[in-house]
Amino acid sequence: MFDRIHDAVGTGKGDDEQRVDARTDGGTATVSDEDDGGFFDSVSRDFLGSLPFWLPPFVLMGFFVYGAIGWNFALSLVNVQQFNDPNYAQLDFEQYARAFGDPTFIQAAQNTAVLLVAFTLACLVAGLLVAILIDRHIRFENTFRTVYLLPFSLSFVVTAQFWLWLYNYQSGLVNVVTQAVGLGRYQWISNPQLALGAVVFALIWQFSGYAMVVYLAGLRAIPDEHYEAARVDGASTLKMYWRVIVPQLKGATISASVVLMVFALKAFDFLYALAGSYFPPNGTDILATMMVRQAFSAGQRSYAAAIGIMLFLLALAVIAPYLTYQYRRGEL
Amino acid sequence: MNYDARRLGLYGVLGALVVFYLVPLEIGLVTSLKANPLATLPFAPPTPEGFTLSEWTRAFGALQSGLVNSLLLAVPATIFSALLGSMAAYGLTSLDWRGQVGLFTLFLAGIFIPYQAVLLPVSRFWAVYAPLEEWLSVLWLLPVLEEYHGELLTLVITHVAYGIPICTLLFRSYYKELSTEMVEAAKLDGATAYTIYRRVILPLSVPMFAVTLIYQFTQVWNDLLFALIIMGPGEGAPVTVGLTNLGSSLSDPGFAVKMAGAFIAALPTMIVYVVFGEQFAEGVAT
Repeated sequence: MFDRIHDAVGTGKGDDEQRVDARTDGGTATVSDEDDGGFFDSVSRDFLGSLPFWLPPFVLMGFFVYGAIGWNFALSLVNVQQFNDPNYAQLDFEQYARAFGDPTFIQAAQNTAVLLVAFTLACLVAGLLVAILIDRHIRFENTFRTVYLLPFSLSFVVTAQFWLWLYNYQSGLVNVVTQAVGLGRYQWISNPQLALGAVVFALIWQFSGYAMVVYLAGLRAIPDEHYEAARVDGASTLKMYWRVIVPQLKGATISASVVLMVFALKAFDFLYALAGSYFPPNGTDILATMMVRQAFSAGQRSYAAAIGIMLFLLALAVIAPYLTYQYRRGEL
Repeated sequence: MNYDARRLGLYGVLGALVVFYLVPLEIGLVTSLKANPLATLPFAPPTPEGFTLSEWTRAFGALQSGLVNSLLLAVPATIFSALLGSMAAYGLTSLDWRGQVGLFTLFLAGIFIPYQAVLLPVSRFWAVYAPLEEWLSVLWLLPVLEEYHGELLTLVITHVAYGIPICTLLFRSYYKELSTEMVEAAKLDGATAYTIYRRVILPLSVPMFAVTLIYQFTQVWNDLLFALIIMGPGEGAPVTVGLTNLGSSLSDPGFAVKMAGAFIAALPTMIVYVVFGEQFAEGVAT
């Protein structure tokens, strides 16, 4: 995704210049264009002409995204519960202060951080390894790729049903395997110590294929000479990948990790489907589930709004540096 | 290690990975066909006497209306977000002013919004300020149309709004790579922006429409959060909501019916994925 963002943002300026050049060329070639007012008019005509195209989608999107975030922020500054109307005369950050004194919130924030980091890193490593294997000129490459990406096409709700069964204490596959190798059975979902790890593992199953696809595209972009040069130098395969290839996958790594983190922040659907309620399995409460529970089950709307804003800031902290970085790189 | 042994090892690892990624699905499938899933090993196929299709019938019966609702939701939401995304992308690539990149960045940031940050206002907006099913109450007197179609419309608009950013990104990057010559030629011929879009850009957009429609259809079909919050488990609930309520009771964990339900709910996206795998991979990798 981010390659495209980079391309789109990066080429923005260049294209502007190109098109303006074309326009002025056209303008000097035909006198009538100059009579119409020339360059300035053609720009504003183009601007007005393009308005019907981008303005309706922008208004719709802008209202639901930016309007709603603004409204949500306002909601987080008051104290409104259940279906009462908010009183906007008195604004404060009390809900935020409340969050930092709330052990449930601290726990959810910790779980979110663990989920973000462990899930993203594991997906990246698994995805990279699988991509390297697939990139070794194998047969049936498309079939392998299709199979590895299949879980990614499924809904969180669907994969949650599968894993609920796999983690079943009595007859689930995971316990059948751990029992067979002599490790015994575990309450994977209902033991708070294990639940988060079990969830992370299930999500890795679902999303490592995505990292694989992104890395594969990155590997394909590396010229063959780089492999050959390393081989001529007598580097071992391991060394070649570590020293020569992996550093060139920086772009793929950054874009894959940003998207994976965004997915991790949205893991609400999976946790809701696991438990079938607003209360996720003990030990797996993340900010996303906590926010929805506070808003639509406990009726603590302002508190929920504050949690939502903090989630938004978290997402922003992940996205903004990267967007800026790409934007600058495109401008240079 | 010689070359052949290495190759063999490579395929061995790749095969083991196939097992890893497919085993949950295989287990789900065989479990859905068992009369008593707890009696046998989870991955073993059902024995002839333990084989049953009744769980599939039961799941299908429970999810039937959800499937229809999901279709009514996902098809229009997908088409409109792709169309609006294409329009926005066209408007932003043919635009000749400096704010263009800034405006596009606003579209982009919309991709990454955690929905929790907008959930309260959006649900409040539809419930209090724009109750479509009340406004359009005349329509529900018509045959076929029911009141819950108003809720579905609400959900369609919501999904379109949040789908626009990613669709705009996909189309814009595609339009950037298109040759500008045809557009410039059409402009010199005095074609209006609308004519250029209709005659030049749209016909060229077909491959990207395939990618965007597939990606967006999967996203909308798979969503649970908006359906749950904006609509709730009513008549209009899509299949994902139905699936979360399927089979759970204190006496019976209902794994067989859950597995059957999971496959029924996943079938449309699985078909789309298997048939249009290339376009799906492309939409995902961008």
